[in-house]
Amino acid sequence: MKKLWKGNEAIAEAAVAAGCRYFFGYPITPQNEIPEYLSWRLPEVGGAFIQAESEVSAINMLYGAAGAGARAMTSSSSPGISLKQEGISYIAAAELPCVIVNMMRSGPGLGGIQPAQGDYFQATKGGGHGDYHPIVFAPSSIQEFVDITYGAFDVADKYRTPVMIIGDGMLGQMMEPAEIPPMRDLKTLPDKNEWAACGHSDGRPRIINSLRIEPDELEAFNNHLFKKYEEITKNETRCEEYLTSDAEYIFVAYGSVARICKAAIVELRAQGIKAGLIRPITLYPYPTDAIASKAKCDKVKKFITVEMSMGQMIEDVRLAVNGLKPVEFYGRSGGNVMMPADLVKYVKEGK
Amino acid sequence: MQKIIISGFGGQGVLSLGKFISYSAIEQNLNTSWLPSYGPEMRGGTANCSVIYSAEDIAAPVIDHPDILIAFNEPSLDKFEGSVKAGGVIITNSDIVHKKTTRKDVKFYQVPVDTLAAAINKRGANVYMLGVLLPIFNGDISEEAAIHAVEHVFESKPKVIPSNIECLKAGIEYMKKFVK
Repeated sequence: MKKLWKGNEAIAEAAVAAGCRYFFGYPITPQNEIPEYLSWRLPEVGGAFIQAESEVSAINMLYGAAGAGARAMTSSSSPGISLKQEGISYIAAAELPCVIVNMMRSGPGLGGIQPAQGDYFQATKGGGHGDYHPIVFAPSSIQEFVDITYGAFDVADKYRTPVMIIGDGMLGQMMEPAEIPPMRDLKTLPDKNEWAACGHSDGRPRIINSLRIEPDELEAFNNHLFKKYEEITKNETRCEEYLTSDAEYIFVAYGSVARICKAAIVELRAQGIKAGLIRPITLYPYPTDAIASKAKCDKVKKFITVEMSMGQMIEDVRLAVNGLKPVEFYGRSGGNVMMPADLVKYVKEGK
Repeated sequence: MQKIIISGFGGQGVLSLGKFISYSAIEQNLNTSWLPSYGPEMRGGTANCSVIYSAEDIAAPVIDHPDILIAFNEPSLDKFEGSVKAGGVIITNSDIVHKKTTRKDVKFYQVPVDTLAAAINKRGANVYMLGVLLPIFNGDISEEAAIHAVEHVFESKPKVIPSNIECLKAGIEYMKKFVK
């Protein structure tokens, strides 16, 4: 049955239902309800919650737990996620599955605590050093947060890669009805004995490592990682199209902003203006093909990328559109949220 | 569908009134969203939340033009009265808000909700206000759904359920005099 869930708490319970038993984190607004919830919930189900002394420590605890084959996660918000980047790069290089949640707040620096989407580059382009990408999901409702969190651990296991789920303060703090899927039977989780450092079970050493000092060895590994990303792009790319079939104006937006676009589209259509939305659900891999195919439609006059940032995802939209149509930008930042009426006005008046 | 902004001082039950509405909407099988203000804004000035219920999917959880504003203090009335939809509703807690709205194109109700609730349950003002809202919702949310919501919220404190249900019913009766 559907219950009223706060975004952060829904993510936490969905993780428990998915079989996550270990959480490592450090407090920061606006995601504190995730660790708060898991601090009592995980011990209830035989798991462990650790409040680390810093984000750097928490991400390295996650590295260790994932290396030992555990279903584990961490969460934070923008400045805290910056601190975790070294660890995320190591986890990607060690090919370990885990889930990282970023409830974005406004930046740069300590910034503010209100909702923002300024971590798009950091999330999708590999926020740490070196050639890697986490898989990045950007849900836009509490139910979608639940469903994506529930599936994220399986996706991480399948590709042995870190998965990041990003939201913002608005989605973390708001409440909506949602249904949590049934508790996973831990016996049905994937067997990681082949590679995980989970004990001296068959006399075979397992090495979890990210140091590859020989150039040829490292290049071969880089090629291996990017083959994996090709596979991920083929299998996992997801987006939602909303009223795009006859649309002349196409918004591209993700997360909470996509919902504001939907409200604007309803209003624009009531006024006879055909608008639609492409909502990337995965930010990496990016739904380039969906946007590219719309760019080839004669009906489409232009794309308008809408973000709570100074314009980051717009670069991926431009790459997908590849010069075929104008790509414009509407953004708010600093923790301000645009209203549907702002977008209606933008489409009608071009400002 | 109703888009509702509830605003007041922190501690006046602003956020929990919003939750009562959302829980009632779920009991009525409606979609709902509850979006709070958070952070330092909550201290001192106004705490507020945006609540929407609808038979359809809810797109934006943010509200630019509410159908209903419930102002528990004067700064809230000042801040939001201009944004209320023409033909919308403004309700004030008139125990605290002594001035009237400057809007001529809305329905305006002054409800001394603290005084009215105190006769039944000193801490029941926000449930009383939920009752006040039901006639305004015009049958979208039944009394039974609201009672279930109250029972659900106070599940862990069953002792306070009867007096809160009494507040709810008194609120409905109070408002029925004004809303036909």
